[in-house]
Amino acid sequence: MSHFAYVTAAYAITVLALVGLAGWILVDQSSQKRALDDLERRGVRRRSENREAS
Amino acid sequence: MTDTAKKSSGIMAFANPTRFISLSDALLPWLVGSALLLLAVGFYMAFAAPEDYQQGITVRIMYIHVPFAWLSMFCYTLMSLSALGTLIWKHPLADVSLKSAAPIGATFTALALITGSIWGKPMWGTWWVWDARLTSVFVLFLMYLGIIALTRALDDQGRSARAAAILTLVGFINIPIIKFSVDWWNTLHQPASVLRLDGPTIHPSMLWPLLICAIGFTLLFSSLHIMAMRTEIWRRRVSTMRRLSARRAEGAAQ
Repeated sequence: MSHFAYVTAAYAITVLALVGLAGWILVDQSSQKRALDDLERRGVRRRSENREAS
Repeated sequence: MTDTAKKSSGIMAFANPTRFISLSDALLPWLVGSALLLLAVGFYMAFAAPEDYQQGITVRIMYIHVPFAWLSMFCYTLMSLSALGTLIWKHPLADVSLKSAAPIGATFTALALITGSIWGKPMWGTWWVWDARLTSVFVLFLMYLGIIALTRALDDQGRSARAAAILTLVGFINIPIIKFSVDWWNTLHQPASVLRLDGPTIHPSMLWPLLICAIGFTLLFSSLHIMAMRTEIWRRRVSTMRRLSARRAEGAAQ
């Protein structure tokens, strides 16, 4: 295996892992935000929000 | 109110989850933008820098391996400070910080181990040795996995937060061991060449791109951590609201 191949492999694995991590965080973020918006649309409020509203 | 009490209430107000989300809304685009810009500049300089006279082109692995190794320890130190926030001030945002940092720290530690191994094969002639530096970083990776499991194992967030904080603080002993392992024991891994009392031993043409890449990856880590913290705050809100909604539905049915 050439030295170039070692460098390429290290960078390729890094890009894959970081894109995977960022993608996982973004997908998780949008699914939690969707669930929160859905509950708010159904009129569910947290106790602290009720206090803030009154 | 004393000055200390005023200061502490100011910090607590800043650490309010709702305020944290609105502040992070404004901060995140700048943080992500500067991370990407610094990484672009850092890698341009890294690939324009001369090859090492002994290692040749493989020295390019340094520009990712070293920042990942630093961040693996930085992330654990941040989690340990968050653990103190949970145990001393019982602040919910401290547990959110610890829990959301763990998978990011585990990824950076895994990348430090993998890129180090890929660099080790052509330079040392082996993928892995059980020397003090490699072994202590592998133990750090296992600690991350343990903390990830613990923060997700219990339904009661309070108990889970306390247990994870204690485990994190106990594991902090490994951080100075990792840093000084190359001085205390005879290791195949080289001793420090940047963070040394007598100054860096790397030529500036390689040191500058390395530092710029390290700052870029630190900003990237901070962006990912803030995004994961926001998600965790929303997850807890969803869980609380579902519980309240179920309780109200039960009350209405009776």
